[in-house]
Amino acid sequence: MSRNSNISSTQENYLRRMKHQQYRIKIIQILIFFVFLGLWETAVQLSWIDGFIFSSPSRIWKTFAGMWEDRSIFLHMGITVAETLISFALVVVLGISMAVLLWYNEELSRVLEPYLVVLNSLPKSALAPLLIVWLGANMKSIIVAGISVAVFGTILNLYTGFTELSPDKIKLIYTLRGSRRDVLTKVILPGTIPLQLSVMKVNIGLCLVGVVIGEFIGARQGLGYLIIYGSQVFKLDWVIMSIMLLCMIAMVLYGILNLIEKRCLRRR
Amino acid sequence: MKPLLELAHVSYAYHSKNGETIALTDISFQVKKGEFIAVVGPSGCGKSTLLSLISGLLLPESGSVLFPWATQQVEDDYVQECAAREHCDNRNVVQAGTGFRDKIGYMLQKDHLFEWRTIYKNVILGLEIQKKQNEESLAKVEKMLKDYGLYRFRDARPSELSGGMRQRAALIRTLALDPELLLLDEPFSALDFQTRLTVCDDVASILRKEKKTAILVTHDLSEAVSMADHIVVLTKRPATVRTILELDFEEKNLTPFERRNAPEFKMYFNQLWKEMDGNEQKQ
Repeated sequence: MSRNSNISSTQENYLRRMKHQQYRIKIIQILIFFVFLGLWETAVQLSWIDGFIFSSPSRIWKTFAGMWEDRSIFLHMGITVAETLISFALVVVLGISMAVLLWYNEELSRVLEPYLVVLNSLPKSALAPLLIVWLGANMKSIIVAGISVAVFGTILNLYTGFTELSPDKIKLIYTLRGSRRDVLTKVILPGTIPLQLSVMKVNIGLCLVGVVIGEFIGARQGLGYLIIYGSQVFKLDWVIMSIMLLCMIAMVLYGILNLIEKRCLRRR
Repeated sequence: MKPLLELAHVSYAYHSKNGETIALTDISFQVKKGEFIAVVGPSGCGKSTLLSLISGLLLPESGSVLFPWATQQVEDDYVQECAAREHCDNRNVVQAGTGFRDKIGYMLQKDHLFEWRTIYKNVILGLEIQKKQNEESLAKVEKMLKDYGLYRFRDARPSELSGGMRQRAALIRTLALDPELLLLDEPFSALDFQTRLTVCDDVASILRKEKKTAILVTHDLSEAVSMADHIVVLTKRPATVRTILELDFEEKNLTPFERRNAPEFKMYFNQLWKEMDGNEQKQ
């Protein structure tokens, strides 16, 4: 249905205003970033703050370029991103299957509820040292750390979403002589896709948090390791560059999921 | 011919922590094949519960829901089969009553079309669940979509359709499974008055054409009088059958809308009104 053919002038005005506002917001967002970088650089150059502990955009860039030369930056970023993606994938699988299991068995869900709530609010950084001891200082424990941050919230959110679906829609399946399995595959899972996507959007960030926590304690590679190592040898350029890279990674991962969400919802 | 459905002293109560709520007590009536029965009663008296009991979503606490006609059919087949063969297996006869439940179509108050499916996918949901998607059943769905003016919208999403069209789509979803007995749970209550009259006419003519037996639950007395052959009047909760009103219009085969203008309409309506009123007084 194309409505472009006869737009009234007031509608046209409205659309133009909306577009202008959108541009303005984008421009201001980008401006803030560059003004911040500019101020930072100037402050260091004019010795308002100490570049040794506060670093500066130019120092960060130099560090980054150096690590690009010797390829070590790819290793650290790649490791962190890979660990995040693996733990995210496992969170998706574990989260959905556990939520389905709880939905299938209401008694089980009532039994487990307090445990899930406690595990969800427990600061996962407290678990990281244990994981290292139990699983060893390797990728396994870092991935588990990533999972541990995201998985309990996922289960709780999805399960709540599953149970909040209209009981009449479920009754409809039964009136069509469907089984509980049909309720799951025809109503619960397809009906909560928007929820699943929005939960996952939050989760990928949480997985990154968990992975960095894990890398703090038990890694020889990765951005988390770089931050800890940099702070220990007082190479704060490394630390701050890693933080910047983490920001970028978080933004890109979120952006990808946002895109997937938009595409999925448009198709429906 | 044996009745299609027989309710014998059916009772049901809901249980919760705060006590039990008796919804239905000692409900008995029969429905013959091809009849249109309306069930009326004050709101919250357990009309929907009654349909759930008939369809088997709930099981009665006492009394029984029987399908004598279906049982008879299976028995007849059994006798014939026995005559032809030496070995006999009476397992089918025992299951006859519950087996008929697959032949019951149930239409809920709202259409509950799924927004994540197209109209076509919504309409074949029942066939999909019962794994009955075959050439014959799909052709029948196509034909119904065409007959009831929805073919153009088969790839549209439910939200793009008007209330009346959605209700018709829901009806096709129910009819796609080719039910012998249709349970209609206030299927028009979500529609505005004008749409309601037209959809009412549509549904009545569809049901007549497809020769279906139907039980309509409603709190709208005029709707009941305009559609039904018999009206079962329930009392307030705990509901029991107060009376069964036989409607006999001089002119047969009137549409619901035409019935509303027939001379008998007012008489039956008043009669029904009095029954319902007495209902209130007694409480």
